[in-house]
Amino acid sequence: MKANELDQIRSVIKTNKRADLIFALAGFLALMVGVMAFVTLFGEMLANGWERINPDFFSNFPSRRAANAGILSAWVGSLLVMLVTALSAIPLGIAAGVYLEEYAPKNWMTDLIEINVTNLAGVPSIVYGLLALGVFVYTFGFGQSILTAGLTLGLLILPVVIVSTREALRAIPIHIREGAYGVGATQWQVVSDHLVPYATPGIMTGVIIGMSRAIGETAPIITIGALTFIAFLPPSPITDTAPFLNFEWLFSGFTVMPIQMFNWTSRPEEAFQQNAAAAGLILVLMTLMMNAIAIWLRYRLRKSISW
Amino acid sequence: MSTTEQNLPVKAFTRDFNFYYGSFHALKSINLPVIEKHVTALIGPSGCGKSTLLRSFNRMHDLYPGNRYQGEIVLNPDNTNILDTRVDPIEVRMRVGMVFQKPNPFPKSIYENVAYGLRVRGEKSRSMLDDKIEDALRGASLWNEVKDRLNQPATALSGGQQQRLCIARCLATDPELLLFDEPTSALDPIATANIEELVTQLRDRVTILIVTHNMQQAARVSHYTAYMYLGEVVEYGITDEVFLRPKKKETEDYITGRFG
Repeated sequence: MKANELDQIRSVIKTNKRADLIFALAGFLALMVGVMAFVTLFGEMLANGWERINPDFFSNFPSRRAANAGILSAWVGSLLVMLVTALSAIPLGIAAGVYLEEYAPKNWMTDLIEINVTNLAGVPSIVYGLLALGVFVYTFGFGQSILTAGLTLGLLILPVVIVSTREALRAIPIHIREGAYGVGATQWQVVSDHLVPYATPGIMTGVIIGMSRAIGETAPIITIGALTFIAFLPPSPITDTAPFLNFEWLFSGFTVMPIQMFNWTSRPEEAFQQNAAAAGLILVLMTLMMNAIAIWLRYRLRKSISW
Repeated sequence: MSTTEQNLPVKAFTRDFNFYYGSFHALKSINLPVIEKHVTALIGPSGCGKSTLLRSFNRMHDLYPGNRYQGEIVLNPDNTNILDTRVDPIEVRMRVGMVFQKPNPFPKSIYENVAYGLRVRGEKSRSMLDDKIEDALRGASLWNEVKDRLNQPATALSGGQQQRLCIARCLATDPELLLFDEPTSALDPIATANIEELVTQLRDRVTILIVTHNMQQAARVSHYTAYMYLGEVVEYGITDEVFLRPKKKETEDYITGRFG
């Protein structure tokens, strides 16, 4: 090869590589838009709300005086609502996902149901709130209770659980299924002994992603008529006398973190804005913690499942 | 047809067996005996239908929509046509074990892998399970390698060990007929030799039907060979005869490597 040819090749490579550099830069900027937006928001809440975060903030009920106001009823309410959401959405979502993926005949009806389930994930949450107001609050008579809120959010995240269940099932290689069928297992044995256990990491991830969406939902909870000022706790689910479980809390009035935050934001006083920022900070931390648990669970369970 | 020319007992045979994937006619009037306590090999070029035929013997095709059987596959001694819609495919799979192309242990412990076939049969006694699992692992020449780590994940084993574990999983339930679907195609030469050795050990205990794309393997392990092409059995006979004195020109071309 002659020297001038080599030079030519080098200059071509140099021109070609310019696009690499340009994209790397543009891509980095695009990424930063998202990251910076979150960091700025979080930073502002941190700056505004930081001083309000102390033990009293967690153990005080809301109050007319900003300095005494806390989020006790809100975080307890959020926790109990999430409990109902998880207990309703997980079994329903897994059962529906397993049925759709494994049992449902492959025909246009199933296709239609599939498209519907996927689209349900995109329905605005306030529509779920309206539905719940009609069905749970009035028709079933559950009232404006923790049960109603939990079931509403359960419905809201149901499509996410169904879709992630199906995806997790689909990721299980066909030869594992055939191995199980090959020794004479029935469909239910294959599902319960193999498919669902192996799909658990994927399902858990979906559940927690759904839950971290649900914990921040405000619109459907307001629609069903959650109260914004609650200075009491629901009856404890665990009692010291037999049978040690108490279900009265399900029908108790409640508030949740985003509603408490919304309530404080609508007040004119500066001090309440501070409270709102602090509550927002806690809410974001709760969500991040849930995501961290999801990542950790997935990592731990995936280690023991490989093909 | 219940015996061959040499009056050997037939474990299973197909009678005018046809198979369709949707509208594709994959197997065309197959008549093939599987002699009891012997190894029958199915050879032929890719796409000739040998795996399709093998997978009909435990109704694996029932798992997917659009597949259709026609004709009979009869399992002796009870003379049951296992393709009859009144025969439960689960029952067929309990009688006929299968080892797959790719080792497919469950992501569970070694112990649980071998125990699974027994568990679906309702076996709960721990001591019974322990005994049968040891026997099965010994039968698959794996016991000495895994006896100290039965509770470790099966997926940590090497490919060859995994395949022997899958054989043990079948042996634990005492199948009448054992199907091997190219069991060494994913394995290295040493692991392949181990599996072949194992097949020769097992052939006195259990009837074996094996699909292989490796002709030397068929010649080494089998007593009977069927050469298949385009969904038909071109030639069937004693392995040595098929390899040394093939009756058909197509068989000879395939075996000598002029085709395929």
